[in-house]
Amino acid sequence: MMAEPNVVLNNPDQPGVTREEDLIARVQRGQTELFYELVRPYERRVYAAALAILRNEADADDTAQEALLKALAHIRQFRAEARFSTWLIQITVNEALMRRRRERNAVMESVDERQDSESDYAPRDFADWREIPSEALERKEVRQRLAEALASLDRKYREVFVLRDMEQLNIQETAEALGISVASVKTRLLRARLMLRDLLARGWEEGWFSRLPFQKGTKPW
Amino acid sequence: MVNDKTNGKPNCEQVWREISNYLENDLEPSLRDAMDEHFRTCPACRSVLEGTRNVVSLYRDERMIEMPAGFSRRLERRIAQNVRAAGRPRWSSWSAWMIPVAALLLFAGGLRLANSISTREPLKNEHAQQAHHIPPEMPVIVSAGAKVFHAAGCPFIHNKATERTITAKEAMEQGYVPCLRCMRKYMDTTVAKAGSGSEDDDDESTAAEIEKNEKHDPVAQPEARNLRQ
Repeated sequence: MMAEPNVVLNNPDQPGVTREEDLIARVQRGQTELFYELVRPYERRVYAAALAILRNEADADDTAQEALLKALAHIRQFRAEARFSTWLIQITVNEALMRRRRERNAVMESVDERQDSESDYAPRDFADWREIPSEALERKEVRQRLAEALASLDRKYREVFVLRDMEQLNIQETAEALGISVASVKTRLLRARLMLRDLLARGWEEGWFSRLPFQKGTKPW
Repeated sequence: MVNDKTNGKPNCEQVWREISNYLENDLEPSLRDAMDEHFRTCPACRSVLEGTRNVVSLYRDERMIEMPAGFSRRLERRIAQNVRAAGRPRWSSWSAWMIPVAALLLFAGGLRLANSISTREPLKNEHAQQAHHIPPEMPVIVSAGAKVFHAAGCPFIHNKATERTITAKEAMEQGYVPCLRCMRKYMDTTVAKAGSGSEDDDDESTAAEIEKNEKHDPVAQPEARNLRQ
């Protein structure tokens, strides 16, 4: 699971104040040289958020960096009632959406939206689920397959899935970041999860996970 | 596979529709209980639940995010550059043109000071000598019928209908000399901020010298005395 420094790290110098809270306060007071230390735990999530929206590694790289520099420029606007990670992700999503709007034809965008249907999605595979252990992620080809499955989702499903399940924004925050309703987030999230499940189930059939240790108590299809 | 809805129990389709909310723990307790009951008796829906849970847990793993090579290094460098840049004064578009003007004023003041201390003789061409240190690329205003160049915004530009902008270097090459009016204003400010003396410190000899120089320099004003200490 991704680290949440705000929760797990204590600051030995100031009991009751986490290391992250201390860093935020110091950067806000002008010790901006500490900003990298503050955001380092969130680099991956910031990059992943940009990639989910832009689907291009170079653009995501650039946008993630720009978003973090923007966060530095506006660090005094951060309020402690929000999670710092959420604040960073929201800035990143805004940056990525703005970049996509700049680079895409507005007409194409509206056509895409019309073509997206949110009708019910029914799962297609009902065989006993064969657990894919997290250790499998050590293998590059497994990570690659999972990334491809995610990339194959329509944009609207992929974005919601990444923000909620990978970035761990809550439903409300995801809705706000993408400018959509809570109900839409829930519908898209359900569909994204079910589609990915089917894609991963097919992955077993296609041998993606064939070298994984067979777990006792489960049976292959 | 799809159960009929009997006795208020959800069928498979209803379970699928709520399975995401089930994982989010975002259900009425009664519906959650009914779904738990359904999962106990329906292997297909149990498979859907387990698979969906597995998907969420796998993608939540940070190993799923492959960072581009050198991302951290680039970010650290950019932040450091940003921090260094923030440590320098920020110049607005308004003040951008004032920087070379302020430099010019400082230089002019220094020259006058040196003149008053070392030679005690008026310069043959004070304007021209001061012009040696003007940033050559600084945009300046010149106009027809005058041989003085000005900073943008100087109220003493004559014949404005004919004014044009050229670089300071071009102006000097064409024989223009700097306007001491626009210099003096900013020179006073700079010196006051630096805390280097005040009018109260002037002695009689300095005042007399100022008066003498003012006769020589038609654009010099009494406020310029701060610069001559």
